[in-house]
Amino acid sequence: MSAKRIKERMSGNEAVAYAIRQVEPDVMPAFPITPSTEIPQMVSTFIANGQMNTDFIPVESEHSAMSAAIGSEAAGARTMTATSSVGLALMWEELLLAASNRLPIVLTLVNRTLSGPININCDHTDGMGARDTGWIQIYSENNQEAYDNYIQAFPIAEDPEVHLPVMICQDGFITSHAVENIELLEDAPVREFVGTYEPEEFLLNPGNPVSVGPYSVSNYAMEARKAQEDAMVRSKDVILKIGEKFGTLSGRSYGLFEEYKTEDADYIMVIMGSAAGTAKEAVDELREEGVKAGVLKLRVFRPFPEDEIAKALSGCKAAAIMDRCESYNGHGGPLAQEIPAGLFRNHVNIETVSYVYGLAGRDFRVEDVRGIFRDLQDLTENGKTIEQFRYVGLRSKQE
Amino acid sequence: MKNTLEIRWHGRGGQGAKTAALLLADVAFKTGQYVQGFPEYGPERMGAPITAFNRISKDEIRVHSNIYDPDYVVVVDETLLHSVDVTAGLKEEGAIIINTPKSAEEIRPLLNGYPGRIVTVDARMISESSLGRNFPNTPMLAAAVAVTGILGRDEFIQDMRASFRHKFAKKPEVIDGNMKALQMAFDAVEEAL
Repeated sequence: MSAKRIKERMSGNEAVAYAIRQVEPDVMPAFPITPSTEIPQMVSTFIANGQMNTDFIPVESEHSAMSAAIGSEAAGARTMTATSSVGLALMWEELLLAASNRLPIVLTLVNRTLSGPININCDHTDGMGARDTGWIQIYSENNQEAYDNYIQAFPIAEDPEVHLPVMICQDGFITSHAVENIELLEDAPVREFVGTYEPEEFLLNPGNPVSVGPYSVSNYAMEARKAQEDAMVRSKDVILKIGEKFGTLSGRSYGLFEEYKTEDADYIMVIMGSAAGTAKEAVDELREEGVKAGVLKLRVFRPFPEDEIAKALSGCKAAAIMDRCESYNGHGGPLAQEIPAGLFRNHVNIETVSYVYGLAGRDFRVEDVRGIFRDLQDLTENGKTIEQFRYVGLRSKQE
Repeated sequence: MKNTLEIRWHGRGGQGAKTAALLLADVAFKTGQYVQGFPEYGPERMGAPITAFNRISKDEIRVHSNIYDPDYVVVVDETLLHSVDVTAGLKEEGAIIINTPKSAEEIRPLLNGYPGRIVTVDARMISESSLGRNFPNTPMLAAAVAVTGILGRDEFIQDMRASFRHKFAKKPEVIDGNMKALQMAFDAVEEAL
């Protein structure tokens, strides 16, 4: 059944805080860090004003925030936290513990670079640094998607087929601090959609005692890891099911990625986060000029939809793969590695050019997108040589 | 971007240019349009030059980059004219709105040959006479609304009273002064136009 929609305007951080109030998790341990600070700040205000009942734990570091989240979730309480940048890095050890203990914690990440040079602006270095920790990762284009994705995070994480923690990401400042239009849902349908959390096994259950996080000898530990990987694979279907169900509720359904004018496209840009909107604007301009361009906006980065992306790109001549992050391996960022691997395994033989863009808040413009599509045309139609791994928006030595 | 009004704000940290941009987004939202209001964050400190942006459109706004070819520029601090290229990319058919006691003719030589419309508002005088302190962002917000025509005077004033009641719920004594500042600036700009 479709729910009533409330037209509002708010920043990405406000949108997530609003969703947190509606979901009202049992426990939220958090430590402030720019640009996600506003989220725990707003939640604390809601609690102080009696608008929600969450138990907020002001901890002394992000290491403690994730540790407290693990303890609380293991005890059977629905738990979330928020962080950015070095805050996520300080959680590193606990991120792996949360996932391997199969605790469906939700973390809202406001993406920000890591130093140095010291910088507080947006890129995906933080989220990408945690890509192998066993968390599901979902990226948002704008405040609306940050809100929608947060609401979907709990039913995904807590599904008995999944039981994994979920990270909901949005671009620091670019969407977290930008006021834009949004359509909110009323509290009751959100609560109904998320449902009550009824863990099968939890620490504070005297009728069924369990232990969490015990030592495992080599005879068994590897099986636990494989079970974790299997859950990640299974989560794909659950993410799709929840994305469709959310569409029935809100009119906005979600898949693993969004395809914008890709059906007949000769050239496709694969991109995540707020820059996808800028890319769509450029695609509309190029379409008017007769260039068949399209955008594949990746939403779900973990589990990685390798085969689905390969299929979506199989009809184009060339794809631009966009990383807002550097891997320092001489061969582009994470997407520049994983997408071509999928193309190879699926026998999709198209040209790709990989770009690093928008590091440490470098602005990414419609003109940049147009230039990248020009590269793809030069490569496939004009017989020019284009380097495989490139930077976009870099200053020249004269500048 | 087609069919989109783009505004760039220049101010100094602490003067409220970011708040003014967010309030302008609020005002435009109430007219049923799509809006964006966002700041560019540099090293945040009092007095450092800062930039904030607005996009206003009948269509959904998808672009998430800064604004390089604005329709309007608002300068909250006159001293920026000497250090920041405030008219960079500004459209000739647009306008620049500057907080200064000087006239448009006196200011024009400082604008790198910008040929378009210049609107000057003495926001400091308005703020000091209505609020007793220099908060230039409130008068500059009214000037921006008056020049861009996003909303008519009466509707704007009515909307802002509601916004201020909410924003200053804990210090209602400043509401009247802020309302007076808005009205004075709006009238001054309308008279000059």
